[in-house]
Amino acid sequence: MSGTNVLTIWSDQVAISVIVWLAIIIFLMFFARPWAHQAIHAFAKVIHKAARTASRSIRSAELHLKDRNRQVLLQHGREATERHIEREFQRVATTVNRDLSGYPSLQRKLKEQITKIDEDYQQTAEVPPSPPNWLEAIEHVAKIPGNGDPTVAKILDDIHGTLKRANDKALTEYRSASQRRHTLLKQMLPYWRKMTHTLESVEKKIHSLEERSKIIDNQMDKYSEIMAQTDLATKLLSSSSLTQFFIAGLVLIIAALGGFINFQLIALPMSEMVGAGTYVGNTSWQVSNVAAMVIISVEVAMGLFLMEAVGITRLFPVIGSMDDKMRRRIAWVLFSFLFLFASIESALAYMRDLMATDREALNQSLAGVQVVEAEYRWIPSVGQMIMGFVLPFALTFVAIPLESFVHSSRTVLGIAAAAFLRFLAFFCRFLGNISLNAGNFLINVYDLVIIVPLRIDYMFRSGRHPTHKETKPDKIITGKKTKSLQSMDSTMS
Amino acid sequence: MKARLILAVLFTAVLGLAGCGEPVARNTGVYMLIDTSGTYTQEIEKAQKIINYLLGTLTTGDSLAVAKIDSGSFTEKDIVAKVTFDSRPSQANAQKRAFQTSINQFVTRVNSSAYTDITGGVIQGIEYLNETGAGKKYILIFSDLKEEIQKGQIRDFPLSFNGIRVSAINVTKLRSDNVDPREYLDRLEAWRNRVESGSGKWRVINDLNRIETLLEDKGS
Repeated sequence: MSGTNVLTIWSDQVAISVIVWLAIIIFLMFFARPWAHQAIHAFAKVIHKAARTASRSIRSAELHLKDRNRQVLLQHGREATERHIEREFQRVATTVNRDLSGYPSLQRKLKEQITKIDEDYQQTAEVPPSPPNWLEAIEHVAKIPGNGDPTVAKILDDIHGTLKRANDKALTEYRSASQRRHTLLKQMLPYWRKMTHTLESVEKKIHSLEERSKIIDNQMDKYSEIMAQTDLATKLLSSSSLTQFFIAGLVLIIAALGGFINFQLIALPMSEMVGAGTYVGNTSWQVSNVAAMVIISVEVAMGLFLMEAVGITRLFPVIGSMDDKMRRRIAWVLFSFLFLFASIESALAYMRDLMATDREALNQSLAGVQVVEAEYRWIPSVGQMIMGFVLPFALTFVAIPLESFVHSSRTVLGIAAAAFLRFLAFFCRFLGNISLNAGNFLINVYDLVIIVPLRIDYMFRSGRHPTHKETKPDKIITGKKTKSLQSMDSTMS
Repeated sequence: MKARLILAVLFTAVLGLAGCGEPVARNTGVYMLIDTSGTYTQEIEKAQKIINYLLGTLTTGDSLAVAKIDSGSFTEKDIVAKVTFDSRPSQANAQKRAFQTSINQFVTRVNSSAYTDITGGVIQGIEYLNETGAGKKYILIFSDLKEEIQKGQIRDFPLSFNGIRVSAINVTKLRSDNVDPREYLDRLEAWRNRVESGSGKWRVINDLNRIETLLEDKGS
């Protein structure tokens, strides 16, 4: 039986048949009203509850993740601060061992200088020449009146001459004594300077120690905050991680560009060694390109290990936990390998230049142009060789941003995952609320469809029981629904 | 548990190896036919330029052969020069130089032939390209496409190109074509039908400024 036949079962005219069908449906809907309401409401409630449960679970997972992130962040921050403090202490120890161990000799040196200066100073004390004892007697003799006696005048002249000579002699002696004192004072000058210099250097060292102690104090404060797991410490570490993530990411992009240049330098000559027409399986990767990539990757790996061995990074605990002697040996071995690789790359870069020149010459010959040797051709050759040698060493330092990136990405990914979970929880909650309201909406639409029999029933019941307030079917519907129906009924009446 | 893990790893490895399968041929094979009949020999310098372009474009592992179209072209003797470039670029460059020298010598001593056996040359080209096992195969016909075969030669049978790209280059118009252009168009159409019915791809390049489109899908 087709759909049209079913439709026209009551009458040949479609409109009449449709009306009959509608009447039947509405009639059935009216009688099924309480159970239909219950079913709609139950369905909405199920979705609502499921969504809320899911939301709660996701929220709980988010909190768990946040807690885990916090623990990881604090742990990483604690390790970083410990490392920082350790390094500061090492620096202090180095300063103390290097500078303060020489203090006894420095003190002796200072003492010697002070003694020498003191002796010189004592010698430079200015003693005014004492007047001769006979000067007073001469003064009295000089006061004797001459009375024009030539003998007396002669005696007085002699006395005057003697006095003058004595004066000149005393003056000369005084001058020479002053000169000696000045010379001694002049000799003291370098000692003073030396002493000033020594004291200044001591002051500088003491000042540097003071600065270091301030840094250690700050780090210790930070460490205390981390150990106390305060919110401030978490916030600071989180912010620092985000900054590190972006900075390290930027540096890694730059390093990747450096790696690309390196790849371009050695890919062509590698094709001369392993052949250019060979591919890896069914892929479009040329074996020569893969070989070049492998060489660069090995160099980067060597660089990572080297940085680990010299104690700059801490990505591989196995290397970090080795004793210093072994680590030093490993560092030298790795450096030798890197040097070897750098030399190979330099040679390959030169080969690349030769191949490029050859290809250029061939192309010129094929184009019918006379092959011309370019001037200063050696400059790019040397440049490429230097680049080929330097880039492997430059790539070594990728280890530093990589370590920061790895550590900070753990935090950043954790934050992103927590944010995603929060959004998911919100979405589930939102979905649950929508389903509940959609249930209420559907119930209202249901009643709207059967409004005619509903009103008749209402009028009938009101006529029989004037105090009748609520229809029986609504009693089996939950409180919320009953209220909505009541409000609808009151509006209608 | 460990045994299961090992089995799973082995299974994955086997699947991975099976996925590798036969290596895909990525090289290119080019067979160029140069018409040496009648007055068309005057065009040979253009052919030389095209060969130089091919030498500049083809890379390591690719194959190139240049053959002349004469009275009976279905023979190896008509191959002027052929080469499969070494996988080392420096060796490939040396081979290209040698190839260029061979072509230069051929251009200086080429003689006109009485007949034009294009079909024979094409069959020879198909054979050569199939032998190279190249991933992409091209036959370049540098000719006016006016076929004149000797009495007794049988050439009117279908050819199997199997995806070979056939390009007619520098198809010059003959004096008779000027009288009735339909002859020229019919000639092109006949060759198109012949190539396409043999599962080949047909193209005509008369403007040598578009020479770079010769192997345009080489890299794809």
